[in-house]
Amino acid sequence: MYKYILKRLLMMVPVLLGVIMVIFIIIEITPGDPARIMLGESATEEAVARMREEMGLNRNIVVRFLDYVRGVVLRFDFGTSYRTKQPVIGEIISRFPTTFKLAGLTTIISVVMGISLGIVSATKQYTIFDSLATGIALFGVSIPNFWQGLMSIIIFSIWLRWLPASGSYGPEYWILPAATLGTSASAVIMRMTRSSLLEVIRQDYIRTARSKGQTEMKVIMYHGLKNALIPVLTVIGMQFGFLLGGSVLIESVFAIPGLGKYMIDAIGQRDFPVVQGGVLFLAITFSFVNLFVDILYSYLDPRIKSQYKRDSKETHKKDIRQKEVLNGKQAQ
Amino acid sequence: MVSKHNKKKRGPWREVWRRLKKNKMAMGGLTVMILLALIAIFAEYVAPYGFDDQNLANRFIGPSREYLFGTDNLGRDILSRIIYGSRVSLTVGFIAVGIALVIGGALGAVAAFYGGKVDNVIMRLVDIILAIPGMLLAISLAAALGPGLTNMMIAIGVGSIPGYARIVRSSVMTVKEQEYVEAARSVGASDLRIIMNHIIPNSLAPVIVQSTLGVAGAILSASALSFLGLGIKPPNPEWGGMLAGARQFIRDYWHMTTFPGLMIMITIYALNLLGDGLRDALDPRLRS
Repeated sequence: MYKYILKRLLMMVPVLLGVIMVIFIIIEITPGDPARIMLGESATEEAVARMREEMGLNRNIVVRFLDYVRGVVLRFDFGTSYRTKQPVIGEIISRFPTTFKLAGLTTIISVVMGISLGIVSATKQYTIFDSLATGIALFGVSIPNFWQGLMSIIIFSIWLRWLPASGSYGPEYWILPAATLGTSASAVIMRMTRSSLLEVIRQDYIRTARSKGQTEMKVIMYHGLKNALIPVLTVIGMQFGFLLGGSVLIESVFAIPGLGKYMIDAIGQRDFPVVQGGVLFLAITFSFVNLFVDILYSYLDPRIKSQYKRDSKETHKKDIRQKEVLNGKQAQ
Repeated sequence: MVSKHNKKKRGPWREVWRRLKKNKMAMGGLTVMILLALIAIFAEYVAPYGFDDQNLANRFIGPSREYLFGTDNLGRDILSRIIYGSRVSLTVGFIAVGIALVIGGALGAVAAFYGGKVDNVIMRLVDIILAIPGMLLAISLAAALGPGLTNMMIAIGVGSIPGYARIVRSSVMTVKEQEYVEAARSVGASDLRIIMNHIIPNSLAPVIVQSTLGVAGAILSASALSFLGLGIKPPNPEWGGMLAGARQFIRDYWHMTTFPGLMIMITIYALNLLGDGLRDALDPRLRS
């Protein structure tokens, strides 16, 4: 098992290097001279030139890239804010727990909602409940989450005065943001659970279990759901990435002082290192979450682990193919 | 072979259309999209006012007969701005997907057709882009490139490339192994002919579905970027941008927030219905 985890960790290294490279390129194509922006418009040419030298901007691009990678990996240097002149990592670390809490809470809500609705929908296929649930799920996928957030503020905070509209001071402040962010995730998980379970309950072993006289409940829960869960798990992992992206918008709507709000405020102030540092940090987090999901697979499905022992490359390819199919199903 | 049948107006594509026509939800989605396209094209004739006609005497008017969706803080007609805004949303939606489809499709097809090292290099690059959540990549790119229609399309398009590369690749890989491709090769058809006449038409189905759903995703991303101030610059109307402008008046004027968002949702919903319907129509096996 440890060997498997170690191998997956090693396989992550080139991807993470690639992610760092993408962000580096994006920073490079940003117009404007960072030294000039740091010092302000009134700075003299000499001061800017000195600053450029100090920041190492005059060096070869390859050298700068290697330096950037070294900074990220060894010193957790995700850039320096133009506005505060402080490294962005400090602010990121202090705000990330809030974002993680929001994304985690939302994941729990949407997993519970999505899987249970998916099960009912699949076992009661073609009933009114099924069409109702699938219809609502499609709405959930279609509603823009930031607009849903604004509308729930209007309805639940302004008109009904049930819940606070902004900030994060207590549990009641998390209800609207988590419900808003969780809508589309629940819908995606529900759709996946439904289609995966529908496929599984047509298998022979389900018929066998039924013919042996198992109760329907046990058939669905032990034989059906356990086998249907793997693609659902992939979707949940990918939804987490989607939630990290979505939390940027939702934090801004509900004024939650998380990483997302930090980044969005920075956009307004044209403080780009904050934006890119935040994106890089979230992308790395997302990679680790996916690794965690991959490891969970092998617990759920022993075939994956044994297959991995036989031929590590094949399994990885199978993994990727599986994700490919899911990607198609998940257009967002 | 599909393409030849297609020229004679019968065969599989006709069959797909026949099946799609039976799906009421999908046809509803298609109707909404056609209407929306017409509204966008003929915005000048449909909109009751110009998108930037300010009338400061008529600020913050609620929905009324004169202003169906009300007016905003500058006394501009919200309905007219929504109508003009559909141009931006549809343009971004279709062109961003077009960019992603052409680049991603070409990469995926090359990877599948040649395999080996080429495949490996391309797919590892795709893995890297995929490791960054799409919305975050779009925010990052849009922040770097600056606001504007073109930059917004690039920012959204780049993030969608991996999806198309993977779908086209797996689709082409399946088709490549089919007997009719072998048959074509054995009678001496060139690579180009095989690709154009056999592989492309037969691997289209998943790509069409993905593109339809992709347009929905792109419109959603575009409105999100504009909402964050990374999209279209005011006074040009964009649905997400209108929501951003409405935010500070949310306590007193609900109509400013409600209608632009409703429009986004209707559009996305219609495209999702159409995409789901197309998936069922293109692959009857999936309809279990």
